[in-house]
Amino acid sequence: MEKLKKSKKSKFRTFKAFLISRFIFINGIISIVVLGLILAFLVYNSIKFFSSYPFFSFITGTRWSPTVNEKFGFVPLMVGSLEVAFGAIIIAVPFSVGVAIYIGELAPRPVREILKPIIEVLATLPSVVLGFIGLKTIVPFIKNFFNLSIGLTALSGSIILAFMSMPTIISISEDAINAVPNRLRNASLALGANKWETTYKIVVPTASSGILAAIMLGLGRIIGETMAVLMITGNSPRIVFSWLQPVRTITATIAAEMGETVQGGLHYSALFAIGLILFLVTFLINFTSDRFVNRIRNL
Amino acid sequence: MKRKNLIQKFWNYFLLFVTFIVVVFVLGIIIYVIIKGWPALSWEFITQKPAAGMREGGIFPAILGTLYLIIGTIIFSLPIGIFAAIYLNEYASKNRLTRIIRLSIVNVSGVPSVVFGLFGLGFFVIFLNFGKSILAGSLTLALLILPVIITATEEALKTVPNSYRQASLALGATKWQTITKITLPQALPGIITGSVIGIGRAAGETAPIIFTVAAFSQPNLPNSIFSQVMALPYHLFVLATQLPNAPEDMQWGTALVLLIMVLFFATIGTVVRTRSRLRRVNL
Repeated sequence: MEKLKKSKKSKFRTFKAFLISRFIFINGIISIVVLGLILAFLVYNSIKFFSSYPFFSFITGTRWSPTVNEKFGFVPLMVGSLEVAFGAIIIAVPFSVGVAIYIGELAPRPVREILKPIIEVLATLPSVVLGFIGLKTIVPFIKNFFNLSIGLTALSGSIILAFMSMPTIISISEDAINAVPNRLRNASLALGANKWETTYKIVVPTASSGILAAIMLGLGRIIGETMAVLMITGNSPRIVFSWLQPVRTITATIAAEMGETVQGGLHYSALFAIGLILFLVTFLINFTSDRFVNRIRNL
Repeated sequence: MKRKNLIQKFWNYFLLFVTFIVVVFVLGIIIYVIIKGWPALSWEFITQKPAAGMREGGIFPAILGTLYLIIGTIIFSLPIGIFAAIYLNEYASKNRLTRIIRLSIVNVSGVPSVVFGLFGLGFFVIFLNFGKSILAGSLTLALLILPVIITATEEALKTVPNSYRQASLALGATKWQTITKITLPQALPGIITGSVIGIGRAAGETAPIIFTVAAFSQPNLPNSIFSQVMALPYHLFVLATQLPNAPEDMQWGTALVLLIMVLFFATIGTVVRTRSRLRRVNL
């Protein structure tokens, strides 16, 4: 009798444990579900566009004027995004890698402990606030400095985006620098190199694949950034090859135009289509850089 | 020999200078917003509804809207995120599925926020027919910060020594009892830190809420989870770029209120983390 009760209880226990583990498992795979759903809905909503608008004239079209004459040329948006991103990376990389080397290798410990939270604060500033500050400070500065009629330019966007990508690039580069084994440093120092020679001849080259991954993740952040570019790059979907002219990025196009579209219409579907391209590009960037990051972890 | 050390000195100071510029920029932004926004802050500004086409009055509906969104985001993201981390750290074995899950987390965290907005519009607003609502907005933001919460919780669970788990199991506790009574309480500071950082991020996001919840102007307070609300980040965007002749001090005031809110969460996160780190050292 006693025995029977016990086994019943333990059976219930195993059943309960089974239910719990199933429940936990369902939560565990949530990120796969989310990623799949995002992809599915981007594809689902852009089918209409891809099936009714010729793909070739989308991908090579040089005019984006969805409301006037339903022209959906991707080139101006792509050029806009690349231009802003390229400028931002050029500005961000020297600063970020410099800061990462300083914090990771050269700074005395107390200085490091002060610097790290300050860099983290930069990561918490909302993009709309940074865009707003750019609008009030960088935009008038660019306008006056270069004597332009309007300060809303690709360069203004690049400057703000550079700062927005810095926390990402700095923290991952620093991880890569910290992951360099101490025996390499010691060997170099023992051979008579000083600290700086060790840093730039041994530590930085060893960490270079991690630093590259950091830069790529920063690039992913830059390409996906929306609010700041929407506010300060001028929103003009024309192909220009100058940093001192207004441009329009992929992200800004989606945010600016979605409100004026008809649900289910061609324009609506077109915005999902460029969203899909954006998703695929950032996916590729993250996927590739993640492999690099894993490599430094296994160093 | 001397030249070598001179070069070292030069680079030391040069990189210090570069770092200094970045630090000045970060602190400069915050101080600048405080100086410019402070005069606009008043009791009326944070408790009154907008008036005269949002050019006068306060921003109370936007503050309240953002608070509602924060609460909704916590409700949806926290349990799922924590359970997902429990799965990864306590249940999952090192197999292919686990690798795919980890890769997905990295990729979800890399999805641009405007794409989350598109997804929220397509899925929550239209497909599930929630409409532009607090519900749709909170769900979108919840998915956005899920990777932050999962990663932070998992890191926190990792710091709990295995001997604690073994001791609990040896005393006859089940795996679930061990997790709820031993592992989770031990990991709590880390979980709080991660969640608070994620929530701070959700509070400041604009692109995901434009199509899913944010109203250009909605002075009436929401009466259900299917209401549209104003939200601080979107309101700042509207004042700065969409509304001609919006008063400067209202723009800066809104920026300051948003900044205070976001930094408040960031500070809580940092304080909790620092305290738990100190306690661990003293242990």
